[in-house]
Amino acid sequence: MTYLSKSPWVIHYDGSSCNGCDIEVLACLTPVYDVERFGIINTGDPKQADVFLITGSVNEQNKAVIKQIYEQMPDPKVVIAIGICANSGGIFRDCYNVMGGVDTVIPVDVYVPGCAARPEAIIDGVVKGLSILEEKRKASEVAKEASA
Amino acid sequence: MNTISMIILVVGYLILAPILGCLLAGIDRKISARMQGRIGPPILQPYYDVRKFIEKDQITPNKVQDFYVMCFLLFVIITGCIFFSGGDLLLVIFALTLANVFLVIAAFSSNSPYSQIGAERELYQMMAYEPMILLTAIGFYLVSGSFQVDTILTSSEMPFIYLIGIFIGFLFILTIKFRKSPFDLSMSHHAHQDLVRGLTTEFSGRSLAAVEVSHWYENIMLLGFVFLFFCNGTIAGYIAGIIVCILAYFLEIVIDNCFARMKWQVALKSSWVVAVMLGVINVGALMILL
Ligand code: SF4
Repeated sequence: MTYLSKSPWVIHYDGSSCNGCDIEVLACLTPVYDVERFGIINTGDPKQADVFLITGSVNEQNKAVIKQIYEQMPDPKVVIAIGICANSGGIFRDCYNVMGGVDTVIPVDVYVPGCAARPEAIIDGVVKGLSILEEKRKASEVAKEASA
Repeated sequence: MNTISMIILVVGYLILAPILGCLLAGIDRKISARMQGRIGPPILQPYYDVRKFIEKDQITPNKVQDFYVMCFLLFVIITGCIFFSGGDLLLVIFALTLANVFLVIAAFSSNSPYSQIGAERELYQMMAYEPMILLTAIGFYLVSGSFQVDTILTSSEMPFIYLIGIFIGFLFILTIKFRKSPFDLSMSHHAHQDLVRGLTTEFSGRSLAAVEVSHWYENIMLLGFVFLFFCNGTIAGYIAGIIVCILAYFLEIVIDNCFARMKWQVALKSSWVVAVMLGVINVGALMILL
């Protein structure tokens, strides 16, 4: 374990979720689940975040916003799609303005299914994301050495 | 104070202050979590955070911002060195103000509206605490006849006895300096507050680490001020000083957890009222009596 996985800061963005999944994400911060135990902090600043949590499906309106937040996050970073809406569009999939899951705009690393996804599942997803974060860090170090 | 002991003190400060500051921040987060019924992060969490900032890539809107942030770190460290080598209190205050000015300029140097509002609020905060800090220095001068920290340190009378009003006023502005609620206007250490991350919105990677580390240095130096109130040249005075430092920090944690953030107007008005009520009256009384 390096320091990256000891202090993952998350940024949470609500695509077009019904708020069900958002409430579950926030539930992770309450005393019952207390993700700050693992050093996880819910920050509002993409430039300081390592993990991007997205709830809800992607539509024409928020496509640009999601892309921008993703681009503002410094590497290494992971994207976690929470809830079936963020995975594939879910119940909103057939709406005229919905494009589908988050992976239609940015690469997604972990999919957390459920409607709504339970806090346990979300924490599990973030922990999975941390090992991917670690792999990405190693990969970027190798790339840096190769270029040096 | 001779040169050798001065060098030892400065080196001790350079090495010990970040360690103590980091532990203090970790204990702070742990106690805050317990007060909220949570388990809380490990004590070393602030250290992990800073190491992570260094590991991450850095996104900077313009290069000059990093330069200003490094100046901030440098001047905070210089301030502490002047203080702990027994230097001039006024010089300490001016150097600290200069350091803060660098932080404000760093935040202003990007075009982000969030960091600019954060910078503006930092200026309000500086306006709020500056009078009280100056009054503190004047108070020390009136009691011990010198602005030199080493003279105050070894003066035979405990400054606290004469400076009770100023001490309470200093505790009040300590809330602002430690960036605790209700006066954590420009930036805060709590997750997800308004204005994105305020002053630090545009900082990432190494520059964020620098801000964090300078916060550790600054906190230890401010606790040094609290310590100074209790020195009377005896061991008992030093022990009392350390105990009061710990109690003062605990009090700030309690205040932090009991209040929500207030408007900047409240911060400015209340701290000026406190400075006039406690600071000016105390200084006036000293001038008449001493
Ligand atoms: S997955 Fe279910 S609970 Fe979550 S946003 Fe979609 S509809 Fe709402």
